[in-house]
Amino acid sequence: MEAAAEPGNLAGVRHIILVLSGKGGVGKSTISTELALALRHAGKKVGILDVDLCGPSIPRMLGAQGRAVHQCDRGWAPVFLDREQSISLMSVGFLLEKPDEAVVWRGPKKNALIKQFVSDVAWGELDYLVVDTPPGTSDEHMATIEALRPYQPLGALVVTTPQAVSVGDVRRELTFCRKTGLRVMGIVENMSGFTCPHCTECTSVFSRGGGEELAQLAGVPFLGADMAPPPPLCPAGSVPLDPALMRTLEEGHDFIQEFPGSPAFAALTSIAQKILDATPACLP
Amino acid sequence: MEEVPHDCPGADSAQAGRGASCQGCPNQRLCASGAGATPDTEEIKEKMKTVKHKILVLSGKGGVGKSTFSAHLAHGLAEDENTQIALLDIDICGPSIPKIMGLEGEQYVEDNLGVMSVGFLLSSPDDAVIWRGPKKNGMIKQFLRDVDWGEVDYLIVDTPPGTSDEHLSVVRYLATAHIDGAVIITTPQEVSLQDVRKEINFCRKVKLPIIGVVENMSGFICPKCKKESQIFPPTTGGAELMCQDLEVPLLGRVPLDPLIGKNCDKGQSFFIDAPDSPATLAYRSIIQRIQEFCNLHQSKEENLISS
Repeated sequence: MEAAAEPGNLAGVRHIILVLSGKGGVGKSTISTELALALRHAGKKVGILDVDLCGPSIPRMLGAQGRAVHQCDRGWAPVFLDREQSISLMSVGFLLEKPDEAVVWRGPKKNALIKQFVSDVAWGELDYLVVDTPPGTSDEHMATIEALRPYQPLGALVVTTPQAVSVGDVRRELTFCRKTGLRVMGIVENMSGFTCPHCTECTSVFSRGGGEELAQLAGVPFLGADMAPPPPLCPAGSVPLDPALMRTLEEGHDFIQEFPGSPAFAALTSIAQKILDATPACLP
Repeated sequence: MEEVPHDCPGADSAQAGRGASCQGCPNQRLCASGAGATPDTEEIKEKMKTVKHKILVLSGKGGVGKSTFSAHLAHGLAEDENTQIALLDIDICGPSIPKIMGLEGEQYVEDNLGVMSVGFLLSSPDDAVIWRGPKKNGMIKQFLRDVDWGEVDYLIVDTPPGTSDEHLSVVRYLATAHIDGAVIITTPQEVSLQDVRKEINFCRKVKLPIIGVVENMSGFICPKCKKESQIFPPTTGGAELMCQDLEVPLLGRVPLDPLIGKNCDKGQSFFIDAPDSPATLAYRSIIQRIQEFCNLHQSKEENLISS
């Protein structure tokens, strides 16, 4: 690749954040989507790169399924989700002819597509590029990190649920980050508790304690930790299960805009604020 | 952990072990010997002769409860002391089964319930298995070929999410040994169903019979007021509608019970802690349907052979 000869399509991207987890189904795509929406509401220009080739969830979460991807002279144009072009998305989901068709590829072919995704999408000027990944520590992750390395990602958000089973997988992801030189910006604990809409009792549906345990093990910040005030009756410092959030993800709406009073809103906007605070100031 | 070359032609390609990029690869000799293809599948077929039923537990989506289901399918079947159960965990990057089964390295949960997982081969809980596809395939082949399975009534194979190397490999290696079928796990949401539809299509593509779909996390009963809520709303009709559309059986729905997560964390069978939970009853009904499928299948096979 002619990386030395020309800056490439990521030259206008100021900060790159990866969202990782060793474990599947903990909410990486949810956190990626909500983080992007929250950063955009804070006035930033945001792109989302969905490198989950087998299970590309993000188009649906943003109501963009079925949108076409066009070529421009610098490569693929990302799909813009709003008229102001403040939020854009690229996902393999857009390239599938039939959405129910499985992408049954072995590693080398996945690597090739990821390299293309990273280098051939004409992102333009972005404040943040949020990269959503599939679960695990394999081909996609190595290909993504190698392709992004020249652009010095800001770091990774690592997502877990409270259970020990999740911690067991996610601590291996932390090792992966260490081995590949990727800075862990913090741990996000998702699905922390559910407040019964009938009686307001908060239940730890998926056990408890995982996020804090991981943060302590790895010596990294637990990103929900000093969120104030915590959602009523639910354990402080994490993202609770929130049916309003689930619904907006299913229907492709903007949760941050539509549900400011909802249990998960405070946690998600707090995480976004921590990212903004941790971002080094750019020279004009 | 060793790396395979970036331009690996693939262990089953004609160039395996012979390409320029193969020089110095730890798997070069193995690939070049051509052992990637037929002799191993023949060996695996031999080893599998003592295994009566093989069930794959799949899902396109992560975190829907495949490992939880696999573990409890194993527990449920193993309650009959005369049935020998083996549980194989081929989620190489995220091997959850040792933890869920309460195993630190020993391989037998009960006399009649044995487990194999890459988790047992890792020296530290922080070790990351950062392997590319070809190496993962090699491990799966080793599990199937080199483990002395013995006389097993049910081999349950727990898989990682997705439709990639691990899934292609296990189907390929077990193809000649005959797999009874796949149980596909989902949750009610569309974000899960859209991946599961792909998995169903994958099964059809590779001609893997589908035993049926299990809808997990289907409703939550508050322990305090006992009223039901939908934490993961079935906005597009849930598994029921998907199963109707795609003409696959819905084996059952398992509600969310906080005791399931707690027991998995402790490595215990949820059935023992909560024998009367609606989730336990749902599991037992599903396990029975799976047994019926396998037995029906077996008698069909026997009829074919004898006719």
